[in-house]
Amino acid sequence: MTDLKAVTELPTKTGHFGPYGGRFVSETLMSALDDLSELYERLSKDPEFQAEYDYDLAHYVGRPSPLYFAERLTQHVGGAKIYLKREDLNHTGAHKVNNTIGQALLAKHTGKPKVIAETGAGQHGVATATVAARLGLQCTIFMGATDIERQKLNVYRMRLLGAEVVSVSSGTATLKDAMNEAMRHWVTHVDDTFYIIGTAAGPHPYPKLVRDFQAIIGRETKRQSMALEGRLPDALVACIGGGSNAIGMFYPFIEDESVAMYGVEAGGHGLDGDDHAAPLCKGKPGVLHGNRTYLMADENGQIMPTHSVSAGLDYPGVGPEHSYLKDIGRVNYVAATDQEALDAFHVLTEIEGIIPALESSHAVAFGMKQAAKMDKDKILVINLSGRGDKDIHTVAAIDGIEI
Amino acid sequence: MNRIDRCFKALKTTGKKALIPYITGGDPRPGLTVELMHCLVESGADIIEIGVPFSDPMADGPVIQLACERALAHNTSLRDVLNMVKTFRQTDANTAVALMGYLNPIEVMGYAPFAALASESGVDAVLVVDMPPEESADLSAALKSLGMQSIFLMAPTTPDKRADLICGQGEGYLYYVSVKGVTGSAALDVADVKANLDRIRSKTDLPLAVGFGIKDGATAAAVAKVADAVIVGSALVNCVARNVNDDALIKSELSGIMRQMRAAMDAAV
Ligand SMILES: Cc1ncc(COP(=O)(O)O)c(C=O)c1O
Repeated sequence: MTDLKAVTELPTKTGHFGPYGGRFVSETLMSALDDLSELYERLSKDPEFQAEYDYDLAHYVGRPSPLYFAERLTQHVGGAKIYLKREDLNHTGAHKVNNTIGQALLAKHTGKPKVIAETGAGQHGVATATVAARLGLQCTIFMGATDIERQKLNVYRMRLLGAEVVSVSSGTATLKDAMNEAMRHWVTHVDDTFYIIGTAAGPHPYPKLVRDFQAIIGRETKRQSMALEGRLPDALVACIGGGSNAIGMFYPFIEDESVAMYGVEAGGHGLDGDDHAAPLCKGKPGVLHGNRTYLMADENGQIMPTHSVSAGLDYPGVGPEHSYLKDIGRVNYVAATDQEALDAFHVLTEIEGIIPALESSHAVAFGMKQAAKMDKDKILVINLSGRGDKDIHTVAAIDGIEI
Repeated sequence: MNRIDRCFKALKTTGKKALIPYITGGDPRPGLTVELMHCLVESGADIIEIGVPFSDPMADGPVIQLACERALAHNTSLRDVLNMVKTFRQTDANTAVALMGYLNPIEVMGYAPFAALASESGVDAVLVVDMPPEESADLSAALKSLGMQSIFLMAPTTPDKRADLICGQGEGYLYYVSVKGVTGSAALDVADVKANLDRIRSKTDLPLAVGFGIKDGATAAAVAKVADAVIVGSALVNCVARNVNDDALIKSELSGIMRQMRAAMDAAV
């Protein structure tokens, strides 16, 4: 059996989780990444920085987020007790802000006056624009043209917050292309620009620092489960785009072997075809966006177009720590299809009065399936990573309703 | 001796500087690439950098992004580009060829099979844009065992400590990226480039090649005065982009720019 304590000490100094992670970028960015690693090493041990971060999470984001017992959902499913970790109640409506608060504080320490970010669903873009507004930083958000179309509400929110939203129409015009463009912009403006990456992927030290900033989710869940149930949950479920909400939930539980963990990828039209975004279920290791990780690539190494009804999961890669956790078998990676996610979206809305983000709906869909297989005295926690207001137009269009 | 080392040694005796054109393999279509390579040699190339198209060229500006898209529209693969080099080698045994691209196609093929195929095809060196020396030990070893070299990048942002590391691992030539930015960026600042090259030269005897932002004869000449080699990419790829359906025009424009640069460089040194 793998030494799980050692697993929690990853990444190595060079940013590796076993064979995954690392730093695969062009030379121009290497020294900026070295500087960021050094800064983060220093500040992560600095009580003053931690206090500032904790203060912002409490008073600006509204943490801790509740661990809510979904009683009617539990009855509906008829299995394990289902709890929802309510990241949807955070300021700006998703877990993304936990990370942008942290990275914006880092940006402030570098003295760089500009921040950039890539975004898929727009949640990370909104969370970045929000902290930029609050700190008076100039903010540019890169977003695929396809995603701009399907997440109009968030685009407008970003603009209201004073951010410039750059439409990216190269490649597949989705999240991966937005990330390419953000990298290109960063190479050109590295002296005065801080890149706030939105998920636990990218070159070292991003996967580590994003995980650390999101780990508040799992730490709170642990504490809340002890308070409410007097014990740890039996299973954790989180959706996986790049993997930041999932690693934030999972990381504090890695050593707790009794806790089963499930990462839910976007199954799109089904894992049998190519129309999905499930690199951990169906992909192979490769290198993209600065790290070695599981990817969806063809036999020639070209990155494949992905599909998901949710923009935030529509990404061909995944954070490197998940690749490692898959290989050592500590986390199970599964998928939920578009249809399963849409069904779960409606179920949760109708019987709990909570409208989940389409991303989170993937976790809800699998969580319901899994809970049904478990005994009633078991506890399953679904990370409800975001709220669904941004997806109302998408869901209405799919249901044939004009609003 | 490797063709690249031989090339720089020969140039040293004449006092001339190397001209290194870049084109993307398979652009505008796979059938034309070998002809374009010969055309580049005839119009003054010393070494050819041939790009392996990639779906996500993060370090490239729009010009080379579009070249990748044109090549990928024909499904041009790493294997195909190696085949192009092999065909080129049948009639040109002297001109050095460096493969330039992103890591994922090589990862997917596997380092050892890639090195074997590259060597068999007559490749002299490999430059992987998204693989800094810290990550390159295994690939470099696989290439070296078959007599091929690893080319590394240096940038204006490279601090001294990293420069030492890169100089220690570099082979063939060092590719100095003249501007902070992607390929096809605005013109470079020659004084700035000179200052950086002086700094690097104090650390290594490797030839120093300068790329990014060299678009015309005048810039090429100015760079030739301070560097050992001039790399030109987007300006050539633009000739392809402007004339995708006219092979003759692509060739005449390519050789036009090459000859202009060659003449300007030779006159300057
Ligand atoms: C609500 C929500 N959940 C999940 C994700 C997926 O990202 P990650 O896997 O990094 O948590 C997104 C991304 O946009 C999101 O907005």
